[in-house]
Amino acid sequence: MTDLSTTYLGLSLAHPIVASASPLGKSLDGVRSLEDGGAAAVVLASVFEEQILMDNASFARYLDAGTQSVAESLSYFPSVDTTPAGPEEYLRFIGDARTAVHVPVIASLNGSTDAGWVDYASQIERAGASALELNIFHLPVDPTETGRSVEERAVRTVEAIRRTIRIPLAVKVGPYFSAMGEMAARFAAAGADGLVLFNRFYQPDFDLDKLEVEPSLALSSPTEIRLPLFWIAALRGRVGLSLGATTGVATFREVVKYLLAGADVVMTTAALLRHGPGHLAVLRDGLRTWMEERAYASVAELRGAMSRANVADPSAFDRANYVRILNSWR
Amino acid sequence: MSPLIVDGNEACVGVAYRLNEVCAIFPITPSSTMAELADEWSSQGRANIWGSVPQVIEMQSEGGAAGTLHGALQAGALATTFTASQGLLLMIPNMYKIAGELTSAVIHVAARSIASHALSIFGDHQDVMAVRPTGFAMLASGTVQEAQDLAVIAQMATLESRVPFVHFFDGFRTSHELGGVQPLSDDDLRALIDDRLVHAHRDRALNPDRPFIRGTAQNPDVYFQGREASNPFYARTPGIVNDAMVRFGERTGRHYHLFEYHGAPDAERVVVLMGSGATTACEVVDALNAAGETVGVLQVRLYRPFDVEAFLRALPLSARMVAVLDRTKEPGAAADPLHLDVMAALAEGGRDTRTVGGRYGLSSKEFTPGMVKAVFDELSRERPRRRFVVGIDDDVGGTSLAVDASFRTEAPDVFRAVFYGLGADGTVGANKNTCKILGEDADLHVQGYFVYDSKKSGSRTVSHLRFGRTPIRSAYLVQDAQFVACHQFGFVQSIDVLGVAAPGGTFLLNSPYPPDETWARLPVVVQETIIAKRLKCWVIDATTVAREAGIPGRTNTVLQTCFFGISGVLPREEALERIKAAIAKTYGAKGTDVVQRNYAAVDATLARLQQVQVPERASGSRRLLPVVAAGAPAFVETVIAAMLAGKGDDLPVSAFPVDGTYPSATSRWEKRNISDFVAVWEPDTCIQCGNCAVVCPHAVIRVGIADAADLAAAPDGFRSAPIDERGYPTTRYTLQVYAEDCTGCALCVEACPAKDRAVSGRKAINLAPRQPLIDDARKHVAFFETLPVIERGHVDFSTVRGAQFLEPTFEFSGACAGCGETPYLSLLSRLFGDRMLVANATGCSSIYGGNLPTTPWATNAEGRGPAWSNSLFEDNAEFGLGMRLAADSQRAQAERLAGSLRQALGEDLADALVAAPQREEREIRAQRVRVATARRLLQPLAASGSPDAEHLLAVLDHFVRRSVWIVGGDGWAYDIGSGGLDHVLASGRNVNVLVLDTEVYSNTGGQASKATPLAAVAKFAASGKQTEKKDLALQAISYGNVYVARVALGANPQQTLLALREAEAYDGPSLVLAYSPCIAHGYDLRLGLDQAYRAVHSGYWPLMRYNPALRDHAANPFTLDSPRPTVAFRDYADEELRFRLLTRTNPAEAERLFAQAEAGIARRWRHYEDLAALETA
Repeated sequence: MTDLSTTYLGLSLAHPIVASASPLGKSLDGVRSLEDGGAAAVVLASVFEEQILMDNASFARYLDAGTQSVAESLSYFPSVDTTPAGPEEYLRFIGDARTAVHVPVIASLNGSTDAGWVDYASQIERAGASALELNIFHLPVDPTETGRSVEERAVRTVEAIRRTIRIPLAVKVGPYFSAMGEMAARFAAAGADGLVLFNRFYQPDFDLDKLEVEPSLALSSPTEIRLPLFWIAALRGRVGLSLGATTGVATFREVVKYLLAGADVVMTTAALLRHGPGHLAVLRDGLRTWMEERAYASVAELRGAMSRANVADPSAFDRANYVRILNSWR
Repeated sequence: MSPLIVDGNEACVGVAYRLNEVCAIFPITPSSTMAELADEWSSQGRANIWGSVPQVIEMQSEGGAAGTLHGALQAGALATTFTASQGLLLMIPNMYKIAGELTSAVIHVAARSIASHALSIFGDHQDVMAVRPTGFAMLASGTVQEAQDLAVIAQMATLESRVPFVHFFDGFRTSHELGGVQPLSDDDLRALIDDRLVHAHRDRALNPDRPFIRGTAQNPDVYFQGREASNPFYARTPGIVNDAMVRFGERTGRHYHLFEYHGAPDAERVVVLMGSGATTACEVVDALNAAGETVGVLQVRLYRPFDVEAFLRALPLSARMVAVLDRTKEPGAAADPLHLDVMAALAEGGRDTRTVGGRYGLSSKEFTPGMVKAVFDELSRERPRRRFVVGIDDDVGGTSLAVDASFRTEAPDVFRAVFYGLGADGTVGANKNTCKILGEDADLHVQGYFVYDSKKSGSRTVSHLRFGRTPIRSAYLVQDAQFVACHQFGFVQSIDVLGVAAPGGTFLLNSPYPPDETWARLPVVVQETIIAKRLKCWVIDATTVAREAGIPGRTNTVLQTCFFGISGVLPREEALERIKAAIAKTYGAKGTDVVQRNYAAVDATLARLQQVQVPERASGSRRLLPVVAAGAPAFVETVIAAMLAGKGDDLPVSAFPVDGTYPSATSRWEKRNISDFVAVWEPDTCIQCGNCAVVCPHAVIRVGIADAADLAAAPDGFRSAPIDERGYPTTRYTLQVYAEDCTGCALCVEACPAKDRAVSGRKAINLAPRQPLIDDARKHVAFFETLPVIERGHVDFSTVRGAQFLEPTFEFSGACAGCGETPYLSLLSRLFGDRMLVANATGCSSIYGGNLPTTPWATNAEGRGPAWSNSLFEDNAEFGLGMRLAADSQRAQAERLAGSLRQALGEDLADALVAAPQREEREIRAQRVRVATARRLLQPLAASGSPDAEHLLAVLDHFVRRSVWIVGGDGWAYDIGSGGLDHVLASGRNVNVLVLDTEVYSNTGGQASKATPLAAVAKFAASGKQTEKKDLALQAISYGNVYVARVALGANPQQTLLALREAEAYDGPSLVLAYSPCIAHGYDLRLGLDQAYRAVHSGYWPLMRYNPALRDHAANPFTLDSPRPTVAFRDYADEELRFRLLTRTNPAEAERLFAQAEAGIARRWRHYEDLAALETA
């Protein structure tokens, strides 16, 4: 019998296929369907502090609009209880999800202020999340902002949250650090338990009919797995972190590749949105079949078999390989 | 117990709510706050003193509220209502009933003017005086504290006496004044209200277990006796009120009397009055007596029943001269009402006291110490005037008293401050906060009174604050302010903000410039005032400090900090602490980040505050900016300009029309420059579609065409483009933005479909900073106005593209930036303005449409334009029908007379005048030519004595088809005017009704109407509206002969245009329901067009037309103009705070109501599809 079990962030999972943060992880029915579909763990949809702050700001703005200006209409709304929105709804959702499913429930947080990151993280812990994934996403479009300051900020965030909470902590980042390896090590030193590679960079499109910038996010495709595949392979065994792979998982082949590179878990959203939660079981069964065909006894055996540390010729991952590819393109 | 800082409305309703079980309400300024608070408290489950939650129900009118009140009382409940002005008048029939049946109840009134020659929302006693014959007792409060205390005394007395009470206080002056109130606890109320009397009230109620009938009809044999039977109850009432006052005094230490005398015991001259003016009079009496005079004031608290003996006891025997001051007017009476009562009392008492009567304070006209002194001075004259007015210059009747404007009586330790701000900058809110800080926390006596102008966009506010260690009795605006703050730099350049400053005082100016430059930019007259009054002058760039702190536009926190930093009313550190505590309280509900950003603003402020080194002499050449544009007519230059400059109080009676008739087209002379960003046209990108001109709420975008040669003399930078039409090679199209009138709402930008190919996001019209372009813009507009106007007969009325070329005759109103109502009116005025009569219901549209100083209904180049009038709130459909009948009647006379004068006119002309078609504009233009010809022919006949010719000339204009439009909001159409509207639609007459449906009572601050949608939160529906919006369209369709359309300009301007034209052309009643985005919906009105799109495409606001004329062609009258819904209702609702509020406060309830709303929308859509599917009707 092939042993598909794995450990991620210290959590024991029945197999390595995890539903990543997605619209399916927004509702209780969705979370249940993910478990029923075969997810070994579920990452809930992210709570965005910025969104909550914006909601509060617009709430306050429109509640105040036009007030104390005209003698007959000093306000336009009744003075109802307007307690500011916080992550309460999300926190309730975490608790409900933990009750509703048996698999670990990993909360996902995208903060925007120093205080917000820490405050929300500790509330998420109290709400009962099995683990927390920090969705660190920053667009340094200001040309005066240095790469180092971006890095420092990310590391500070992880440190601050680690000081506050005890549950397992994963950090999901984008690939655009100058030295991904060093950053991984710094996240580890800051107290992260795992690294999720990679979140998807916001890449707006242009609408040629309307001549407008279109803020859309396309689902990933298998051709996009190479960047995370490379870094997982490069980091496996080099940093003391659980590694989660995400991006481009459509079939069991991508799952296998990520595991071979050294991922502890493989996450998917696009495939589930395309094919439904039941696709999780398809991926899992595909993985099992592939392992059986090649007589892998366990995921532990498979994991990292093709990581940079394990391959016989590490230069396949290095610059020399790049030169070889260029030369082969004739 | 520490005082509560509340206004008079809140003080009163705080008691009234706890002493009642049923509140029947309807919004009307200035009493609406009482009803709103009662509704909020009820929705929060707050209990009365007996532990039950009062039922609060909004009715369709005050008449409805009074009926409900009557019924609730008859069935044994303790019930009340809150009202004012016309609202109280609508209650009169029920008041007679309630009193005639000796029913215990109190109606609380924020007393207000009555609409006569003009509407006024402000305070006087005309409304309460109109109900004095009803049999209600009348108890008058003069302060915020009294508004609370007398509310309970009235309740105590009505339960004991069985006589119902009107408890009233002065609208705005008391209802809206912020002051310290010693609150009454529930225990106080329980101790004062005798439950046995409550039980007795219940015992008198209708009860089938021991039935009786009440409300019989009686005959001449007994009615009279029955009417007299209640006399003993009235006789006992003053004694009962007095006892209640005594008991109240024993409980609280605050003692009141039926008639309160204050002053010298041996006074020879006494003033008698009631309400807030009495407190000012007391202040003056003390000052005069301290100066050696012997005068007094007698304040009337219980006005009905008028206790002659108590009055005579209260009036010192020494009184030889009494001036009775009435805050009301009874034209044609021997004397005003209080004066008559006093004369009768003195006569009956055999007192040898001479009385004179004076009128003061109508419509919140100031009543100052100087005016009180003028009255006492008048009484000192050997022959005082028997009748006079005080507070105005009556140069027509010569009745006004001369007032010493420099006379002051305020205690020296009272700190007085005046703040000029914009409505949008938070000045008033900050000052209310300051009052609470100083009154509740620092234990000072405080008074806050706030003055607003009449515009809904860019409105100016003036806050008058007083603080002191002794009670404040000054019920008038601050006169000598030790502190003056001007929160908008533009004000100091255009109005006199320092006239109110006391010598040696402090002036704080929010200025974008450093101190020296600020000084250099001040008008010379302002510099001179600062120097002459030795003012200490401080400046701060609050706009920048606020922006840097992350609260852009909200300068209130910064400027409040400055006030505490330099005024010295509190030690600086203590003040900063208290400001921060207040910020936490005010903004806590909006999130910690908002609080932190305000803290940051406080912390950054004082370091940025700089003192101006005031030189010894003024310099420069700047003058105050003119308040009206050059070239204005004389009336505008004199009368209206004075109002705009804040000098309206100084205008004499002779300056005014005698009958409330004012010239049209005055808003065009008031260049308000309220927006820092204005629209700018890009001719190279423009496709000349006209969308921007049609959606502009303020009609600031004007379109013209001219021959290239005509543009040769155009000033530099005047923009035009070749017209996008074949066959006109030399014709240029030009679009002018009246930049000084633009509110920067950006609806034009949103409506523009043309995109700049070089810069993504830029359109053919964009917003740009006003300041750099304003000088050129003025020149361009001036030149544009010299271009020939497009002949209406040549314009294609059937398309939006064509309609842009028509002159709007509704322009530059004071409506909110982005208003969703005014584009309809502007479009209407383009289409029919030159032959239009408008009956306008009271509401937003009557305020931005008709509130002085300037009004937007305008004239075209020929001098024609809409003739507009507002009657009331409740009667508008009937009012408009009357206009129709008058037009039809005069047209019929004209036809008859044209027949009589057939030979004189010529047969062809006479026949054509009567029978020529007037469907198309060119036909109407032809008819105008005929009318002009006929006039030329008739004038010599009339001059030679032909009565028929004279008569025909008087009605000749009616040969041009009159277009009667009945315009109003949903509060009118769905609620208060519903019965009248229904009747007028059923009349079959050719009237056109345009309902500007904002789905709330916008003008009074967003109360729910029957147009408010299910699930929306509004005032009076604080828990979310529980019922669906009334489908007024279906109701009207049920008549079969009414043209009905539902339109949404933002979603489909072409359908709107079509519907308005069809409605006008239909020879019968028409009803057009217009989707109108409103500030009370809670979103950025710039996105109003998108929201209209969502409303339509979600099926929430299905576009339709029902045209009975189609039946003549065997076609289905019902046309569904909307496509099947493609947008979810929630996607529409999620954009608006009115829906999001419930999601925030009660998510489960929101979910339940949203589901119901969705089901309702689907159900209605199916019904509409069924109607549209009928082959013929």
